[in-house]
Parts: sequence; structure tokens; C-alpha cells
Amino acid sequence: MIAAVVLSSTTGEVLTAAAMKSIGDLDEIRARAGMKGAIGAVVTCPLFFAGVFFLAVAFFALLFALNHLNLSLVAPASASLTLVTNAIAGKIFLKENVDRRRWAAAVLVCVGVYLLAH
Amino acid sequence: MRPPSSSLTQPFETHHLRMPKHSLTARQYLILGLVAICAPLGDTCLSRGMTHVPAISLAHPGSLVAAVFTPWIAAGIALLIGFFASYLTALSWADLTFVLPATAFGNVIVAFLARFWLREPISVERWIGIALITLGVGFVAQGPSLTQHPAAEPEIQKVSAP
Repeated sequence: MIAAVVLSSTTGEVLTAAAMKSIGDLDEIRARAGMKGAIGAVVTCPLFFAGVFFLAVAFFALLFALNHLNLSLVAPASASLTLVTNAIAGKIFLKENVDRRRWAAAVLVCVGVYLLAH
Repeated sequence: MRPPSSSLTQPFETHHLRMPKHSLTARQYLILGLVAICAPLGDTCLSRGMTHVPAISLAHPGSLVAAVFTPWIAAGIALLIGFFASYLTALSWADLTFVLPATAFGNVIVAFLARFWLREPISVERWIGIALITLGVGFVAQGPSLTQHPAAEPEIQKVSAP
């Protein structure tokens, strides 16, 4: 159940990030075409809706997990694991330069979120 | 053998020192700040709003819709919309792995608000968690915000290289 939350959340965030990269700098679009243009650029991107769909799946997976497991387990586990899976997915699918600095940061934040939310 | 001409011919130490650092504008720092703050504040407003609303029964779902228009919940929804808009904006000019630690830093802000505003005790374990998150965010903030993908070299240059 936690794996379903983590995987769907990661998929949604990676797709959303890919969508925003394909759209380009939103600040520049807003400066050129106003808020309407910026919103139009976002809502006309199919990847964006795919990302939102998986984020919605992640939300309902979380609700399902919370129906069967304690919040004290689900919240920290899913939040911290999602950080690591996002780093892996970002490197593989988004071709981001996840160097040693970012890996170290992902692990530190992962452990930190777990301790904070536990 | 002549090494390929690129920035990578520099010794590792020099290349490492010359890695591009991010040059975020004040506005972009503001947006990252909004990403960190808006989500936890929005959740807090929703939580506070729902505790003041009478118990909602599934037999009367309309009362759940009406709850949306109460001040605290409306503020929570506005903050969460603000978070999502800031998050999308940040993703348009920074890597996902650069923006994500900012979302985690929001937990640190909430913890400090809980400690110094609501006087809630924080265990040693949680203080360690706060320190680790802060350290991780600091690590990421020191590096570049966006991965630069080099443009493909023209075919003629590849042919002429020995």
C-alpha cells in the first residue's frame, strides 16, 4: 500500500515536472502573455493532466492506506521514500544532474522527514 | 592522444570548482519560499477549519460543500492553490530534485511554528530530523538549480576531431 502511494506520487511529480519543462519558464510566459497566457500554456499541455491524474491516484492511494494502516507509519514512510524515488526517477527520466550533493541531500532529507513525522 | 576539447579537459579539481552555481533572482527565491510555506500553512488552516465545523455525516454531503466556504477552510484552499501555482512555476525553471527539498523544508517551518507559537514540545528525535532536513536543503541550495543539457554538436565538428 505504501509502495502504491510512493510510486503513484513519484509518477505524478515526474510527469508534472516534465510538463513544466516542456512549457518553459512560466515567469517569462507571464511577462509576455499575462496570467491568462501562463494558465493557458499549462492547461493545454497533455503531460500536465497526466501528472495531475497520477497525483490524484496517489491521494486516493494514501486514503486507502490510511484506512488500513496507522498515520504514524504511512505519513513518514511515504513522504521520506518519495524523496528518494523522485531523485532516482529525476535522474533516469528527466535526465537531471543528480550529483553526489543531491543524492546526499535526498538521503538527509529522507531521514529527516521520517524522524520529524514519526 | 589529444584530449577532446571541452570543459571536462580541466583537472577534476578545477572542473569541480568551475561547476556552474545557480543564479536565482530574488523573485525565484520568493517562489521557493512560497513552495515551502504555503502547503503546511494550508493544511493547518484546513485542519483548524474542520475542527470548528460540526460533525459531518455522509448522509448530508451538502454540509461538506458548505464547509468549504467557512473562513479557515477558504484560507486553506487559497494557500494550497498558492502552493501548487508556486510549485509549478518553480518546476518550470528548476529541476525537480532541486525543488523537492524546498517542499520538505516546509515541515521544518511548521515545527518551529508549533514550538514557538503553539508551545508544543518537540522531541530530540524531531530536532535531529529538523537539523537533517536543513542540512539537506542547504546542500541542494549550494548547487545549480537546473541541469544544462549541451546542444548536439554539428556533424562537421565530429568528423574533423582526430
